[in-house]
Amino acid sequence: MKTVNQKHQSVDGKGIMLGRPAYTDDLADPSSLIIKVLRSPHAFARIKSIDTKKAEKLPGVELVLTHHDVPRVSFTRAGQGYPEPSPHDKFVLDEYVRYVGDEVAVVAAIDESVAEAALDLIDVDYEVIDPVLDFEEAIDHQSVVHPEEGIHEMFPIGFEPKRNIAASYAMDFGDLDNAFKASDVVVEETFHTQAQAHVMMEPHAVNARLDFQDRLLIISATQTPFHVRRILSQTLDIPIEKIRVIKPRVGGGFGGKQALHGEMFAALVTMKTGKPSKLVYTRQEVFESTYTRHPMTLKVKLGATKDGRLNVIDWHVLSNTGAYGEHALTVFMVAGSKVMPLYNKVDAGRFHGEVVYTNTTPAGAYRGYGAIQGNFALESAIDMLCVKLGMDPIAFRQKNMMREGETSPIFEIMGEGTAGTAMTMETCKLDYCLTRGLELIDWNNKYPRTTTEDGKIRSVGMALAMQGSGIPYIDMGAATIKLNDAGFYNLTVGATEIGQGSDTVLSQIAAEALGVPLNKVIVYSSDTDLTPFDTGAYASSTTYVSGNAVYKAAMKMREMLLDEAAVVFGVEGDDIDFDGATFKNKADGKTISLEQLANRITYNEDQKQLTATSSYVGTKSPPPFMAGFIDIAVDKDTGEIDILDYVSVVDCGVPINPKLAQGQVEGGIVQGLGMACFEEVKRGKNGALISHDLLNYKIPTNVDIKKLTTEFAESHEASGPFGAKSVGEIGIDTPPAALANALYNALGIRLTSLPFTAEKIIRALHDKEGEKTT
Amino acid sequence: MPTINFTLNGKPVSLNTDPTRRFLDVLREELTLTGPKEGCGEGECGACAVLIDGHITNSCILPLGNVSGREVMTIEGYRETKRYRVLEEAYIAEGAVQCGICIPGMIIASESLLAHNPHPTDDDIRIGLSGNLCRCTGYNMIVRAVKRAATRGKGLW
Repeated sequence: MKTVNQKHQSVDGKGIMLGRPAYTDDLADPSSLIIKVLRSPHAFARIKSIDTKKAEKLPGVELVLTHHDVPRVSFTRAGQGYPEPSPHDKFVLDEYVRYVGDEVAVVAAIDESVAEAALDLIDVDYEVIDPVLDFEEAIDHQSVVHPEEGIHEMFPIGFEPKRNIAASYAMDFGDLDNAFKASDVVVEETFHTQAQAHVMMEPHAVNARLDFQDRLLIISATQTPFHVRRILSQTLDIPIEKIRVIKPRVGGGFGGKQALHGEMFAALVTMKTGKPSKLVYTRQEVFESTYTRHPMTLKVKLGATKDGRLNVIDWHVLSNTGAYGEHALTVFMVAGSKVMPLYNKVDAGRFHGEVVYTNTTPAGAYRGYGAIQGNFALESAIDMLCVKLGMDPIAFRQKNMMREGETSPIFEIMGEGTAGTAMTMETCKLDYCLTRGLELIDWNNKYPRTTTEDGKIRSVGMALAMQGSGIPYIDMGAATIKLNDAGFYNLTVGATEIGQGSDTVLSQIAAEALGVPLNKVIVYSSDTDLTPFDTGAYASSTTYVSGNAVYKAAMKMREMLLDEAAVVFGVEGDDIDFDGATFKNKADGKTISLEQLANRITYNEDQKQLTATSSYVGTKSPPPFMAGFIDIAVDKDTGEIDILDYVSVVDCGVPINPKLAQGQVEGGIVQGLGMACFEEVKRGKNGALISHDLLNYKIPTNVDIKKLTTEFAESHEASGPFGAKSVGEIGIDTPPAALANALYNALGIRLTSLPFTAEKIIRALHDKEGEKTT
Repeated sequence: MPTINFTLNGKPVSLNTDPTRRFLDVLREELTLTGPKEGCGEGECGACAVLIDGHITNSCILPLGNVSGREVMTIEGYRETKRYRVLEEAYIAEGAVQCGICIPGMIIASESLLAHNPHPTDDDIRIGLSGNLCRCTGYNMIVRAVKRAATRGKGLW
């Protein structure tokens, strides 16, 4: 292959590095009204009255909006296909505020200082309500987070708002009781995962204007421009054909920009004033008033026979969706559906639980999407089981893990919000990933522990992981390829580049299929007026789903070109050889170049425009797999961990661009290490955020990472474009469990509550010492 | 309003505006430069980094008045230099650019590092760039890029 599986430079890296205007706020109309949002100081309150007169009179204030001024239509900001598996439990503005940072009122003014001054002039009389802050106490709490009328589920998801339950789910297969009875060893443990903030470096930003056709133009840092258009139309009662959403360059998403943010307010301000407007979140607003990862409590019970056969996986999960139910059910289900099939030889299994409302920042989509929580619990529990069995954790995994050609009943039972899709693993190189990773980390010389020269304990730990490649029968991507005179192509895709490299990867797929160099494919993505549809950048779907659409469109274009060349030569298409650059008549060896043909049909004879459009919906979701290994040195006096290396061996099918794929894996690993080591959304007793800036919410910096070692398994997924599966999320899944297992191997302590701060390590060591002496 | 005079990317600038305005806002709004980005507005992330008299500075926590009489260079000026082209080649070759919003600041930080330490070790690079946050790459490729630039740009720094 000439273009695919090559480390091509990204199509956009240079221009961005030069600092050229590219991101949402670079493209705002300079005369934009500045939008600021008055946010709730209370975790839970009802607005008894709100007086905006003083604010409205302030010179420079153009508009003040409260819940009295906006349509009362319930919707979900989740940014999913329609009908959404998330409850419609949000209003544009509401008389209730449900977390510190929830929206009370919106101001638009000529500049930032006037807008901020106006916020101070709004008088609000709150009836403060006892908040639900501990999600373990949420079900049937005396306070009901959503007592209001007019909210609903789109189809059955176990929505019981009066009990503070946003969604619930239960599945089981096989005979659980018998499977436990047949087990010689049973392990039971409860794990806790924290809220993690996305901390994409570009804050959420949107701007709006009315164009010369009096249509609403929204430019937004979003992962889901087509969903944004639909949700704005449905909620604000704007005819959908009057809305155009452009996604420019986006400075990172990680799921945090799948859901809507300020689009509703910018649309309202511009529609009501007729003037351009913009809303750029402050970093505090990004932390406080967007979304986090769902915190979970996972109770896992495993049973195995003494020869090391895993019989049964049984777990109950409680998940906290915060004040609103964006992605409540689906993230919860993925904690099981993209983890349990790793051990597909069990006789029985159960996965059940609830997703609850609390008065905290809403949880939403976040890279890993439940799989990282589930992976931490299951892969920790597997190592605990091995200790109890007296069995090597590598040998245990080799005996029980998923292998190529096999399946799991989970695939058919669990989908995302609905039933799933049965599938067999056409590619699963877990065995190779495991073996190669052991070599790269030098496991045999380091397991379970050694001592370093400076007296630290050096140790290794590992975990396996899987993810998916889009949502079968739901996620759709489409692509159009247009031939231009001189023989170059435009590729337009709905797929949403957010920094992950999809514009580059999709261009490479097109260039390979068309047989041209990458610079002959000019890509343009994510503009609801100009590009075909795509569900958006989520669910690890773009390379696989949108990539398949690009491949199909390119093959269609080739057919059209052959038909045109056949006219020129006076033969059938089958009688022509075409290498992407030159058409050759097999019979007489005469040739015509693509450039000549393109110019001929543009200017000279039988003139026409050639375009080919194709779309793709997956009929399965082939999982990428990986084995992750961590090498650490722990200071047992201070509890501090040095991460010396993180080895990832990944089966993502054929990496379309190995450099970008490596970037996806390594970025995921470091984000996962942040969650494992120190990242945590923290609140005070009143529910207000303590971790509201980058001083109080630390993300990994350059000095936290010593070394990353990343390799790919040789793998070719026949259903993917040029053999590819997804790679966007898989990297984040293993670090929490791998680190937990390494800490056990180092110190004999089993940490079950993320993150593993130095204090927790010291405390666990003290507890262990205490046990010894008593 | 007092007049604030300074040099921006080699050219004199004279502004009659509130000297307490954030320098980042002046650069982006008044002078329509889009290279410096706002990631946090509190001096923590480095996306707004510029060079002031050759020293890296976060422009989001700097009042305009503080640049009076000084030489300011943003990515828009730095990109005209030979050193920039070496860094550009290295960042691209190592795949160090993902979402890219931290990159203009990261390039400025790389210049600042190499200007003071033309032959940095991996640790020097990690410490030197630790004031610039990136959430996409995991930093590995950025470290390699700076290392590559240091090797290939021999004599430039």
